[in-house]
Amino acid sequence: MEITFNIHRFDPDKDQSPTYKSYKIQTHPGMTVLDALNEVKWQQDGTLTYRKSCRSGICGSCAMQIHGINRLACETQIEPLKKKKIVIDPLPGFELIKDLAVDMDPFYKSIERVKPWLINDEPPPDRERIQSQEEFKQFSDAVGCILCAACTSSCPSYWADKEYLGPSALYKAFRYIFDTRDNGTADRIAELDNKHGLWRCHTIFNCMDACPKKLKITHGISLLKRKVLSEKY
Amino acid sequence: MADQMLHKFDAVVIGSGLAGLRAAVELSRHYETAVITKVFPTRSHSGAAQGGIAASLGNEDPEDSPEFHMFDTVKGSDYLGDQDAIELMCTEAPDVVYDMEHLGVPFSRTPEGRIAQRKFGGHTVNYGEKAVRRACYSADYTGHVLLHTLYENALKNHVRFFSEFQALDLLIEDDICNGCVAWDIRNGGLHVFHSRVTVMGTGGYGRAFKITSNAHANTGDGLGMIMRQGLPLQDMEFVQFHPTGLWKQGILVTEGARGEGGYMKNKDGERFMERYTPTLMELAPRDVVSRSMQTEIDEGRGFDGGEGGDYIHLDITHLGKEMILERLPQIYDLAYNFSGVDCFKEPIPIQPTAHYSMGGIPADNGCHVLKNANKDKVLGLYAAGECSCISVHGANRLGTNSLLEAVTFGRIAGRSALADLPDISFTDLPDKPHEATQANLDILFNASGKEKVGKIRADLQETMMNRCGVFRNGDDLTDQLAYVIELQKRFKSISIDDKGMIFNSDLMEAIELSHLLEFAEVVVAGALERTESRGAHSRKDYPDRDDDNWLKHTLAWRKPEGGVEFDWKPVVITRFQPMERKY
Repeated sequence: MEITFNIHRFDPDKDQSPTYKSYKIQTHPGMTVLDALNEVKWQQDGTLTYRKSCRSGICGSCAMQIHGINRLACETQIEPLKKKKIVIDPLPGFELIKDLAVDMDPFYKSIERVKPWLINDEPPPDRERIQSQEEFKQFSDAVGCILCAACTSSCPSYWADKEYLGPSALYKAFRYIFDTRDNGTADRIAELDNKHGLWRCHTIFNCMDACPKKLKITHGISLLKRKVLSEKY
Repeated sequence: MADQMLHKFDAVVIGSGLAGLRAAVELSRHYETAVITKVFPTRSHSGAAQGGIAASLGNEDPEDSPEFHMFDTVKGSDYLGDQDAIELMCTEAPDVVYDMEHLGVPFSRTPEGRIAQRKFGGHTVNYGEKAVRRACYSADYTGHVLLHTLYENALKNHVRFFSEFQALDLLIEDDICNGCVAWDIRNGGLHVFHSRVTVMGTGGYGRAFKITSNAHANTGDGLGMIMRQGLPLQDMEFVQFHPTGLWKQGILVTEGARGEGGYMKNKDGERFMERYTPTLMELAPRDVVSRSMQTEIDEGRGFDGGEGGDYIHLDITHLGKEMILERLPQIYDLAYNFSGVDCFKEPIPIQPTAHYSMGGIPADNGCHVLKNANKDKVLGLYAAGECSCISVHGANRLGTNSLLEAVTFGRIAGRSALADLPDISFTDLPDKPHEATQANLDILFNASGKEKVGKIRADLQETMMNRCGVFRNGDDLTDQLAYVIELQKRFKSISIDDKGMIFNSDLMEAIELSHLLEFAEVVVAGALERTESRGAHSRKDYPDRDDDNWLKHTLAWRKPEGGVEFDWKPVVITRFQPMERKY
């Protein structure tokens, strides 16, 4: 099947503003959007710029907007989209670097703000810390996050407030605060309990729609809100 | 050179997978540490590892011990692994895993709340008697949780990350490593990293093959950097083909799928592993299983895959939806998204996929990089993880020993460097340390020939798969050696389309291909030289292991003008004398 890809192009060395360029690709069953981008880059136009690595949905490099929806290019098959033309854009909400590559640094900084590491000053036991299967299940969904930024990039609250932590950073805070081995809730609360923190989430659910790992982000943020309320008030 | 392009750190780590990050976490407790990485740290390919990390904790099978783990690893290596290094790794394994748990890794748990463990190929108790649950896991994203936890600990320790920086050249003078030169992918421009110690954790090179489980980034850049310094690589002819790659894609389906009870079947519906390894069945080591699959396919008992090549079935339908979702959730998504298969109801089409490099940068048990068979060191330079050859995997690696190796020797590299640092001061750099690197980069950047990087790479990958794959023979390897040299010549006539400075991934891919072409020559030349079959290196024209002539490590130097020189190094044998390898 011949599909036209309209791909967002912007070369900061040359262009005043972004344009779209069309490329025709012969698709086959099972072919992914990343396969198509690779075919453009390797056979038609070596200047096309995008991030890629694992091509199996775990490294989180290739999140982009595929016909209006934030997804991983590597795990999005073309033919099931049932489109003759597919528009490819960079993730919204971030500064553009070139073509489909955006500046992810503000996103990474948002994660760092919630102290994303185990806080526990007690000396560890000789063997592992004990954690029950039920305790593990309380937070295990959140460890599946691949930092692709599809969620934060789809969040209207983030678009309006770039200081907002965003769903990914909040879910990272959830991952540690609900880990029974962690004692760092108090260390994180100031970052969560302010106008750029937890309360900026208006349960719009865009994050959950966008998450390629189908994580229950909004659910986790709601539990985090309750936790902060019960800790503080 | 502008000031901001010269950086000075006590310790520089190249690569941000498990080995590099574990070293960085160790070093950053005491010294200013920088990590240079071509992809953002959590994009590193360690994160794609699924099944587990080996350690004889005995949480599920109390009779397990480091001794059994060591024996399995030695036997799995087809007796080419160095037994002192293997003993070190297997003895440290429990502590290494507990340490990772203490750092925050969210492991799956047993009903008693301990780290959960599952079966994996080649791991047994009582010297091969029966399979043992030794692989510590977190569902089927064990590499992912280890990688993220180490990245987060590195943040906590204020490691300075230079993400999307491609290391190009080591700065070595008089056998002392003084850092490296790296290219800032995002903004263009070369940066010099002046350091007292440099740790390489640059990973593997599956991208030399058409069907691979490896990421696009896995192009063996660190191996190229080493060879260009006139240093050798070790045992490069040993390339692991993982049995369960998704058909046509090569994407990994964890061995944990078989560890949890999955079957492999041929087109007659037969569990053919009964005929090859009746004791361990599907849980034999990977080299054995891949050869068995390839034999079934070659003898016409694979499923007809047309142009995509024939394939085998991996059947996990009998495990049930609940167990698959709890222990193998990623496999459900991978099979569905990439093969259109609902693995609750249908078997998954699979074929062997290039997965792991047993060979690499020769290093001692303290991860010091070695320059020859006499074990002379390069001062201040360390290697750990897949890029290194210490050698704990010998001719074939057991599943879950790679995560273990990366974390164990990442920590050892860090500790070795910490021990050495008081005796290593900064050595003055020459005036323009980046001059040679800049000249080479300019040649690529300005190249205006007719050849395309993508085409040469595809030609390399296709032929490496066909002639240097699961089974090899002298004629194919001779042809392939000549062909790789022809590809190296064609590479001189490339051109790149992108002439910009910002995020030039076109130039990046040309740099990566230059590495692929150089070490592919060493892989093929080594495979041609080694006239025996051992572990993952299987020669149809020399089907037997030949301990009299080949119980030794290969050291290979690529000469600047092309061609490969060899030397040999004895295998360290301590506890277990070579025996016939049966499962």
